[in-house]
Amino acid sequence: MIPELGHFALILALILAAAQAFFGIFGAARGDARWQAVVRPAVAGQFVLVSTAIGALVHAFVTFDFSVLYVASNSNSALPTFYRVAALWGAHEGSLLLWAWILAAWTLAVAVASRNLPASFASRVMGVLGFVSFGFLLFTVATSNPFERIIPSPADGRDLNPVLQDPALAIHPPILYMGYVGFAVAFSFACAAMLEGKLDATWARWTRPWTTMAWAFLSVGIALGSWWAYYELGWGGYWFWDPVENASFMPWLVGTALIHSLAATEKRGVFKSWTLLLAILAFSLSLLGTFLVRSGVLTSVHSFAADPTRGLFILGFLIVVIGGALTLYAWRAPMLKSPAGFEGTAREAFLLYNNIFLVVAAGMVFVGTLAPLIADALSITPLSVGSPYFDALFPMLMLPLGALVAVGIHAAWKRGQLGNHRRRILVGFGVAALLGLAIVYGVYGAGKPLTPVGMVLGIWIILSSLIDPIDRLRRRLTLPRAIVGMTLAHIGLGVGIVAISTVESYSVERDAAIAPGESLALGRYAYRFDSIKEIEGPNYDGVRAEVTVLRDGVPVTVLHPERRNYWVQRSTLTEAGIASRWNMDMFVALSKDVGGGRWSVRAQLRPLIDWVWLSAALMALGGVLAVTDRRYRARVTAREPAVSQGSAAEAT
Amino acid sequence: MSRFLIPAAIFLALAGVLYVGVVHSPNKSTMQSALLGKTVPAFTLPVLGSPGMTLANSQLAGRPWVLNVWGTWCVACREEHAALLDIAKQNALPLVGLNWKDEDDAALDWLKQLGNPYTVVAVDRDGRTAIDFGVYGAPETFFIDAQGRVQYRHVGAMTPEVWQREFLSRLPRGGLP
Repeated sequence: MIPELGHFALILALILAAAQAFFGIFGAARGDARWQAVVRPAVAGQFVLVSTAIGALVHAFVTFDFSVLYVASNSNSALPTFYRVAALWGAHEGSLLLWAWILAAWTLAVAVASRNLPASFASRVMGVLGFVSFGFLLFTVATSNPFERIIPSPADGRDLNPVLQDPALAIHPPILYMGYVGFAVAFSFACAAMLEGKLDATWARWTRPWTTMAWAFLSVGIALGSWWAYYELGWGGYWFWDPVENASFMPWLVGTALIHSLAATEKRGVFKSWTLLLAILAFSLSLLGTFLVRSGVLTSVHSFAADPTRGLFILGFLIVVIGGALTLYAWRAPMLKSPAGFEGTAREAFLLYNNIFLVVAAGMVFVGTLAPLIADALSITPLSVGSPYFDALFPMLMLPLGALVAVGIHAAWKRGQLGNHRRRILVGFGVAALLGLAIVYGVYGAGKPLTPVGMVLGIWIILSSLIDPIDRLRRRLTLPRAIVGMTLAHIGLGVGIVAISTVESYSVERDAAIAPGESLALGRYAYRFDSIKEIEGPNYDGVRAEVTVLRDGVPVTVLHPERRNYWVQRSTLTEAGIASRWNMDMFVALSKDVGGGRWSVRAQLRPLIDWVWLSAALMALGGVLAVTDRRYRARVTAREPAVSQGSAAEAT
Repeated sequence: MSRFLIPAAIFLALAGVLYVGVVHSPNKSTMQSALLGKTVPAFTLPVLGSPGMTLANSQLAGRPWVLNVWGTWCVACREEHAALLDIAKQNALPLVGLNWKDEDDAALDWLKQLGNPYTVVAVDRDGRTAIDFGVYGAPETFFIDAQGRVQYRHVGAMTPEVWQREFLSRLPRGGLP
């Protein structure tokens, strides 16, 4: 009964989404206030209904209702409650439902926060969001009903894919989707502005906090996925350029470009049409990511079942949404003029360079990811590219971008006036070079050719970011959260470059077969295999080893790597034993019993690897701080001054 | 205006490519291999379940054989397993498994549970050999002729139809020499 209720709620939500789209867009076009008045109740109703559907599915999972096919396929009576809830997004149908729910939540937030925007504009924004929501709900109801029954009901379920039975991966999809779907808001603002024909800088101002928030979520989501791959897959890496990873990375790169170009559009009224295009592109790539993961067009370790009908549906939806938006763009963008000129060293120019590098990087990832597909469609010699392609090209784009960041932070709007800051730039670079080279050659020893470059650049970015805030404090000026946020995010970038340069160059790893009592030497460290014993969990059994890590013969930590056999799906998973220090991780993964009491193990020392995730956390925190800046909060209570301030900025 | 149509045009071209990718699944699953007509990459790999034994491509020369790339982590491999078992019953061609980036225990367990269609299974733990074969994802199946040349590559799950149409049809008339 309750699953049917959920299904029914979903169908009602679909109808409300249609109403929201229709009355939102055409109500504004006709200037009909009564039509527009339908929109907000529709948004609220849709949120309630999709929440009801989510609740019904969670209920089915929690009460072991294996007569629901999706529940039977993705859970089991032995599965702990936490994972029975997380199993909701363990496969295709539930993931879509989650997508729709998060979109409904974002739309509700827009409905609440947009009361101070012009009525017709807000109505159009919610109308476009309603259209996107309609597409996803239709997709769910028509091709991927999560409430489908299976009669007779099986006695027990097939269990959740064991790789998903992990806390980080359980929360990874919702956070990632918060980012993906959040770009729908920026997209809708862009479309609404184009529909409205008012493409001045105000829409950029309104969009900025939404975009930054979505970007922060996406950063955290990607980092969680990468962290999971690190400790769960047992390979010890943090990024594999897998098509599914790339699918989340492309919107992030373009989203990063977008938040920078929005800043230039808002403050200086430049790049207006480019910003529109980026807003469309960021969401398009989010949709494309969904398409790639869900259609099975690209084979990947991550993809769930391939289904051509679903692929075609998403493709049709992509064509309507993206094709429609780009057509709108072709129609409206020619009206735009970017009035304000700027010098080649002005902040605008640096933001432009930033955009070029980021978009080219996204294009590079795009080509690499879709290469097999494009080659196939063109019937030329197929090529599949792997990490060698990405590892070679990506730093070539990111390192120059890093240098631009380090210099560009000092540039002023309109006229760069970099001359005034020459001392800061040179001193910053000098200190960074000394420090970086000292760390590379003094602490770690010579590594790969790009290592010193990355190290110096990373430190330079951190120093450059800090100069302006410190200067403001010294002059007793206020330090708005927007600036603190930007500083943190840039420090995050610097930390990331330092971390990746280090971990790529100075990781040590060794695979060997050892028996209890034996040790494995790794530089000054030794991994001593103490013992191994059998363990049993709620839905698996396995073995757990105790490995003591010694530094110069002195024990520093004890690691407990595990191997688990999940009963229902009969798969074996590695749980790596990891001890994190501020400057490195000690990692050991248990592989297999090679007989005679010996086990093959993989032991690693990975310097600064946690800093990679710290970098993402800093960026996300920076984004959140920027969003909570006073001027966005002030806008709610006093719109008028804020708006006039916005147009005044544009007039300069 | 024309300048602003460029993004829409690029997108349209891309949509075409994606359409071909989705609809033209035969085209997708035969994803041309750069190896077609060329000699198989040389390999010498441990044999699954027989410690100390190895399998080299030279041992397979002289008659046609089939290489099936699989792993216990791969969902589509589970899907095609029934088809492989049927194929094995026909005894038409040696079916060599390439256990890709997997754990021996898990692989042996899988074969015990689901049945073993393979004449022999080679273990490609680090994925080197699969890279030499240009494998993009599991499962993939290759037809190799008596001269040791790759004649056909099938990407995705094996089905009885594909087996009939693309593999059996490539056998010399009159069966095996």
